[in-house]
Amino acid sequence: MQPAPQTTARTATSAAHAPILALAGVSRSFGPVQVLFDVDFDLYPGEVHALIGENGAGKSTMMKILSGYLEPTTGEVMLDGAPVSFTSSEDAEDRGVVLIHQEFNLADQLSVEQNIFLGRELKRGLFLDHKAMRATTNELLARLETKTPAWATVSKISVPEKQMVEIAKALSREARVLIMDEPTAVLTRNEAEILFRQIERLKAQGTAILYTSHKLDEVARIADRVTVLRDGRHVLTAPASELSEDAMAEAMVGRELSNLFPDKADANAAETVLVLKDFSVPGIVENANFELRRGEILGFAGLVGSGRTELMEGLIGIRPATGEIRVNGKARQIRSVDDARKAGIAYLTEDRKERGLLLNQGMRPNLTLLALQKFSRILIDRDAEEKALDRSIREFDIRAPSREIKVANLSGGNQQKLLLAKTMLAEPEIVIIDEPTRGIDIGTKQQIYQFVRRLADEGRSVIIISSEMAEVIGLATRVAVMRTGRIAGTLKGGDINEDAIVRLAMGLEKKAEGND
Amino acid sequence: MTDATTAGTAAVKTGRPSLDLHVIGPIVALLALILIGALMNPNFLSYGNVTNVLARSAFIGIIAVGMTFVITAGGLDLSVGSMAAFIAGLMIIVMNALVPTLGTGWPTILAGMAAALAIGFAAGLFNGLLITQARIEAFIVTLGSMGIFRSLVTWLADGGTLSLNFSVREVYRPVYYDGIFGIAWPIIVFLAIAALGEIVMRHTAFGRHCAAIGSNEQVARYSAVHVDRARLAGYVLLGVLVGVATIMYVPRLGSASSSTGVLWELEAIAAVIIGGTVLKGGFGRVWGTVIGVLILNLIENILNLTDLVSPYLNGAIQGVIIILAVVLQRQKKATR
Repeated sequence: MQPAPQTTARTATSAAHAPILALAGVSRSFGPVQVLFDVDFDLYPGEVHALIGENGAGKSTMMKILSGYLEPTTGEVMLDGAPVSFTSSEDAEDRGVVLIHQEFNLADQLSVEQNIFLGRELKRGLFLDHKAMRATTNELLARLETKTPAWATVSKISVPEKQMVEIAKALSREARVLIMDEPTAVLTRNEAEILFRQIERLKAQGTAILYTSHKLDEVARIADRVTVLRDGRHVLTAPASELSEDAMAEAMVGRELSNLFPDKADANAAETVLVLKDFSVPGIVENANFELRRGEILGFAGLVGSGRTELMEGLIGIRPATGEIRVNGKARQIRSVDDARKAGIAYLTEDRKERGLLLNQGMRPNLTLLALQKFSRILIDRDAEEKALDRSIREFDIRAPSREIKVANLSGGNQQKLLLAKTMLAEPEIVIIDEPTRGIDIGTKQQIYQFVRRLADEGRSVIIISSEMAEVIGLATRVAVMRTGRIAGTLKGGDINEDAIVRLAMGLEKKAEGND
Repeated sequence: MTDATTAGTAAVKTGRPSLDLHVIGPIVALLALILIGALMNPNFLSYGNVTNVLARSAFIGIIAVGMTFVITAGGLDLSVGSMAAFIAGLMIIVMNALVPTLGTGWPTILAGMAAALAIGFAAGLFNGLLITQARIEAFIVTLGSMGIFRSLVTWLADGGTLSLNFSVREVYRPVYYDGIFGIAWPIIVFLAIAALGEIVMRHTAFGRHCAAIGSNEQVARYSAVHVDRARLAGYVLLGVLVGVATIMYVPRLGSASSSTGVLWELEAIAAVIIGGTVLKGGFGRVWGTVIGVLILNLIENILNLTDLVSPYLNGAIQGVIIILAVVLQRQKKATR
């Protein structure tokens, strides 16, 4: 599909014919890793522009560059047709460009009014001008047609109300450009409808709105134009009316897989080791059913926030959950990570810095923490620990400048290898690996894929949760796709491809053979 | 980019363990104090004075060993001083009440000791359950129980002093004043508990778990550590050790009042921090705590023996040392 001429795509509400905010040939690198490549983009007053792409396509980086949180490595940001270089997000806000984060930036214990004027309080002499602030707040809230009172404490109002407060805050700074990072991800359908009405209203007032969403049906409904990013590159910009949801998904995907991945094994004949029946994590995951065979690598795909991590945390007893767990045919009650370990299940967290490793300690105590009972009767056997560390360093190729080094000073890849070694020391039969290669360079990635494959060859069963589609497709023999807390479908063998996964993850069709 | 790489190598360098100030600081300070004391007063190193300092260190020391575990696991207990007074008061009441049935001999004293340990256990359980089950901040819970225990002992003593039966006191006295091979019992008990504590901290799963919880509770939870159970065990252990300290303390004066154990929590926490245990948790060492206790008591002793500075300023000097110790910890973190 060819990029459509910009002018035809614009709505007629605005008289301006120049873009209010634009990117010209913008690239951005983080260290040696380039995440944006020569991106052109423009945003007109009074339009709703959707930015879509897979996780890691560069959407957040682009939004942060537009709103002054990051600077482009090369290329320029243009405001009102002239090059501009925002010194900070505050600078961008002063010039009318406001980014609303997915996690709100509100002080919970303050009132709506105090939040709106936070850091820019109106004063009369030495004292706060409460009257003027109250009046302005009421006017802003009235403009947004919300019934939230100005005196309400933010911790007590609902999520969409908080979003309205963020928008009111943006408007109080005379925002001409509103950039919203997945605003509907945290909203229910009804709440999203309210937001859409407000977006229509702002658009009619001439505000330019850039927003990201993974929900393509929404994009088709409310966006005037759509820009697609893939792997940090601009793929296309077109009027939403000219793009079907399928065409959007197609543009987002469509990437060849390299031979990063080891060959797949066939585990169809092996016996079932794990069965989950009607498994729910209250409020997040509903009635998940799946089974896992010996020596199998089962992928879990889906959007961030679709409940994959929570499902697994429910399984290992970190979160309260209901439903039936059968390990090797035997029903199991798992209420803590220790119960899970005893049942032969280990979970490798996606957040290795906050949940996986003790950063201020050395490798040895980290390595043995999960399986410490193996090393201690009454006292801990230091020699056995040292030997285990030797073995793990060899087996998982952990490269550390010294044995006593604090884990915080290891590279991300070596931390991940250590975490893998720690998990395997508990000798689990079932290994759940959440985002196995997040923030890891390509060489280490390949090593980790080999380790995962080796685990399966040893007769262990592996579950891989990954937001990197290529990873799931390259490793898994079967892929379960989750969408809004449910397993939307399971794909097998030749049916596993990006298109099918995206369709299930986005809820575009209800195909697949259902849950097995 | 160059900035980042140099910062990276610097981090690696300081990450290497060496005999840094953090390790030898407290030892150097202790040796310096001993030297100063010996130079200023010839009696300082006499058998009598050394025994006196060590025996007086024992109460705080025994408590501080327990406190090391609680702080290492990221907690705090402000109630230990009041708890000691409360346990002493109840222990005396129990022993006095048992005199008619068990007599004035060892059976009564042993029952009193058992009561002290049981009450310490219960008090630690009370703090620990509120912290781990009701999920109230340790600071708030123990601030509250500090008030509760202190007020209870005042009420039990009716505003005055609870005194142990005189005949019982005569039998019990040697527990503080006697010893074997010329070493007083409180010193023996203190050193035994410190040695055990050091082993538990460094060589058992419990010690490892405390450090893990203190450095990152989430990581501990995801690593199959029973976080609540370990933290509860820490507070119970501390309660029991307060009981042990009280057992050694009661024969010294044979009485308890509302002024018993005042500011012991301050000294115990100070000893732990001076010894190098990290206030926020994640790293603890019991031998450091022992040195911390000795430093605090030596300062008091030197002030008493010399007339350079008024002994009334003892508290002020201790306060300065505590603040200095924390500042040194902070600076180490900043340069890491």
